[in-house]
Amino acid sequence: MGERSGRDLRVKLLTGNDLATGDVIWWTGSTWSRHVEDSADVGPEGETIGKAEEAARRVNGAYVIEATATPDGPRPAHIKDRVRALGPTVRMDLTLRPDVSPQSVL
Amino acid sequence: MTDSPLRFRDDAPHEEPAVTLDAFLGQTNATAVRIEPGDDVRELLPHLGQIALIEVAFPGFRDGRGYSAARILREAGYTGELRAEGDVLVDQLPLMRRCGFDSFAPRAEIDSATLQASLSRYEHVYQGAADGAVPVWKLRHGQPRP
Amino acid sequence: MYQYDQYDQSIVDTRVEEFRDQVKRRLSGEMTEDQFKPLRLMNGLYLQLHAYMLRVAVPYGTLSGKQMHMLAHIARKYDRGYGHFTTRQNIQFNWIKLDEAPDILAEIATVEMHAIQTSGNCIRNISSDQYAGAAADEATDPRPWAELLRQWSTFHPEFSYLPRKFKIAVIAAEEDRAAMRLHDIGIQLLKRPDEHGNAVLGAKIYAGGGMGRTPFVAHEIKDFVTADDLTSYLEAALRVYNRYGRRDNIYKARIKILIHEIGAAEYARQVEEEFAHVKTLGLDPPLAELERISAFFAAPAFDTAAPDTLDRSDPDFAVWLDQNVKPHKQPGYAIVNISLKPTVGIPGDASADQIDVMADLGTRYSFDELRVTHAQNIVLPHVRKADLYAVWQALDAAGLATANLDLIGDIIACPGLDYCALANARSIPVAQKIADRFASLDRQRDLGELKLKISGCINACGHHHAGHIGILGVDKKGIENYQLSLGGSGAEDASLGKITGPGFDEDGIVDAVETVTNVYLAQREEGERFLDTYRRVGMEPFKVALYG
Repeated sequence: MGERSGRDLRVKLLTGNDLATGDVIWWTGSTWSRHVEDSADVGPEGETIGKAEEAARRVNGAYVIEATATPDGPRPAHIKDRVRALGPTVRMDLTLRPDVSPQSVL
Repeated sequence: MTDSPLRFRDDAPHEEPAVTLDAFLGQTNATAVRIEPGDDVRELLPHLGQIALIEVAFPGFRDGRGYSAARILREAGYTGELRAEGDVLVDQLPLMRRCGFDSFAPRAEIDSATLQASLSRYEHVYQGAADGAVPVWKLRHGQPRP
Repeated sequence: MYQYDQYDQSIVDTRVEEFRDQVKRRLSGEMTEDQFKPLRLMNGLYLQLHAYMLRVAVPYGTLSGKQMHMLAHIARKYDRGYGHFTTRQNIQFNWIKLDEAPDILAEIATVEMHAIQTSGNCIRNISSDQYAGAAADEATDPRPWAELLRQWSTFHPEFSYLPRKFKIAVIAAEEDRAAMRLHDIGIQLLKRPDEHGNAVLGAKIYAGGGMGRTPFVAHEIKDFVTADDLTSYLEAALRVYNRYGRRDNIYKARIKILIHEIGAAEYARQVEEEFAHVKTLGLDPPLAELERISAFFAAPAFDTAAPDTLDRSDPDFAVWLDQNVKPHKQPGYAIVNISLKPTVGIPGDASADQIDVMADLGTRYSFDELRVTHAQNIVLPHVRKADLYAVWQALDAAGLATANLDLIGDIIACPGLDYCALANARSIPVAQKIADRFASLDRQRDLGELKLKISGCINACGHHHAGHIGILGVDKKGIENYQLSLGGSGAEDASLGKITGPGFDEDGIVDAVETVTNVYLAQREEGERFLDTYRRVGMEPFKVALYG
C-alpha cells in the first residue's frame, strides 16, 4: 500500500511507451493499459518490474512516477505526467478524454 | 594469419601491446599506441614511420572524437593498422571505415551477417573522406585529371 | 527547385532500407533502446510525450506542390490528420508508430523527401531565407549553396557523433530573414570586387550563435570564402568543433560555448590552420557542381507582361494584402505569406486539408513552389499580382487568410508541454490566450510589428530569446510559470531578450503582455516599432508598469 501523507494516499505508478506503437502505457499489476485509471500501485517494485518488462519488450523506457490515489483512479503528481496520461490539452479531441475539459483533469 | 571479419588488412595482425600516448612519446621502442578521446593525435605525426598499430578508444559510442583522429592520421599518410576499440556498434562501422579505420575490437559481439549487410549497403557517398570512395560530385563531373 | 539525380535518389532509398533494418533489429530485441536511440534520432524520430514524433526535412524550407500533397497524405494515413511546421522550416508529425516509420520514409522518398539528420548530434537541416529567389535585395539565391552543403553534410562520416546538434543557416541579403546570427554557423553570401573590379560571389562566415540555455549571437570568423573553398572551410570548422567541443555536460556542448570559452579569434585561428591542411585534400567539389545545382534555381518563366496594378476594392482583401503580401523583385509579381496563426488555432499547425489547399495554390499560382518560414508560416514566393485575389479567396475559405504577419497575433510557439517530453510548461494555451486578448486586427495593426515568441522550456525551440517579447515557460514547484523577456531580435540587428523580473502564472502572463504593449503605446515616437521604443527607453518603464 502507498504511504499516507495528510489526506492523500501516495502511490507509485510504472509507466512507459509501447515499443511498436509509441502509446503511453501504464502497468496494471499484471499487464499494460493505455489508461492511467487502470494503473496499480507498484510500491518499491517498479524498477524491477520495469526492467523485466523492458527486457521482454512489452514496454519501452519504463520508469516510476509519483501519484495520489483518488476515487477516480490514480492522479499523477506532476503536471507533465498528467498531460502525458491525458493527451494534448489543446486538442482534447485527440485525447483519451475528449468529453472533459482540460482543467478538470489537470 | 588470422582471418577476422573485423579486420580489413592483408598483413599479419600486430602483436605488440599498445601503449598510452604519454608512454609512447616518452620512449622510442614502441610500435603500437592507444589514443584516448581527449588525446591530440597530431602528436604522433612525427613518429608515424615507426608505428604499426594505432588503437583509438571509443569508451562510449556517442563520443565521436575518434572519427577525427582517424582521418587526421590517414591524411598524414599513416598506412599502418588503425583500430577502433570499445563501444563500437555495427551501425557505426561503415562511417568508421570511411574515416580510415581498418580493424575493430568491439566490446560487444557484432553479428557477421548484419555487418556484411551494413558494409555493402550504400553504393554512393556524397563527400570525400579517408577511404577510396569516389564522392558523387566526382561521378557527376568526371574524375579530375591526374 | 533542386531535383534528385540517380545518386541522390539512391542515397535516400538506401537510407530507408537501412532504417527499416534498424527498426526490425530494435523490435526483435537485437538492439537496445540505448543503441537504437541515436540511430532513430538521425532519422528524425523522437519519442515524445504521447507517441513517436517524426520530423521530416524541408531542405532550406523549399518544397513543391507534390511534396506538400505527400505531407498531407502522410498526415492522413499515418498520423491524426495534421502536421506542425517548425522554427527550423521542417514539419513534424506527432502520432507516429515505430513499426510504420520505415513505410513513411519509403513513401516520402518517392517525392524526394526524407527525415535524415533532423535530429541527433549531427549537422541538421540547413535553413535559408524564405524569400530566396524572389527578394530584390539578395546578392544571389542562397539555396544552391544550401543544397551543396546539404549533400556535403549528409552521412558525413566524421561529423555524425558531434558533441551536440549543429545548425547552419545560409542567407544572401543584408536583411537577415532566417535568424542566421543565431545559428551554430551562419553564412551570408555577398559580392566583392576582385583585383580587376569584377564582382566575385563569396560568403562571410559567422559562428557560435544559438539559443537554448545560454544564448549567444554569432561572431564573424571569416570575412570571405569563395565557393571553391567553402566545403574545405566548413570541414575545418566542424573538425575543430568535433575535437574540442565539450563532451562533459550536454548543456555546454554546443559550439557557442566552445567559442565563448576560447574566444572567436582563437576559434577562427584554429579553423584557419585546419583549413590550410584540409584544403590540400581535394574535398572541394568543382565550381561546375555549384553551377549544376544553381541551374535548378534559375528564375521561373515570369510573365513579363503581368500587370502591376491591383484591385483593392474588397476591404478584407486589402487588409490582407497590406499585411501579408510583400514586394517581389519581378514587376507584376508578389510574395504571399500564409499565416498559420489563426486566433483560435495552434501556431504552425495545418490540417491535411489545409496542406492540400496550399499545395494546389503553390502549383497553380506560384510556379509549383512553396516555402516554410522559421516563424512557422508558409510562403508562396512567386504569385502574379493579377492572381492575388483568387489566392486570397481560396486561403480565406480554408481558414488560412489571417492577416497578421509579423503582428502580435503572429506568435511563434513551440509545441510545449502539450506535446513535448522536454517541456516544463504549456506554450500553446498561452499563445491562444494572448491571441484572443489581442483578437482585434485593428488593435494588432496599431501595435505594428511585434514578434512574440514562446518556449515551453529552456531549450528555446520557440526562439523566445529572439522575441521582441519573449516568454519562457518554467516549472515552479510543479506549477507552470512564465518569464517575460523584452528586446530580442533574430534579424540583422540581432539581440537577446532581457528578463523583466519575477514570472507570472498563465493568466498573469497574458496581462503582463498587455501591460508592456500599453507602455509601448504610451512611450512610442513616430515610426517606432515596439522593439525600437524598448531600445530607446530601456527596461525601466516596463518594469515599473509590471511590478510597481
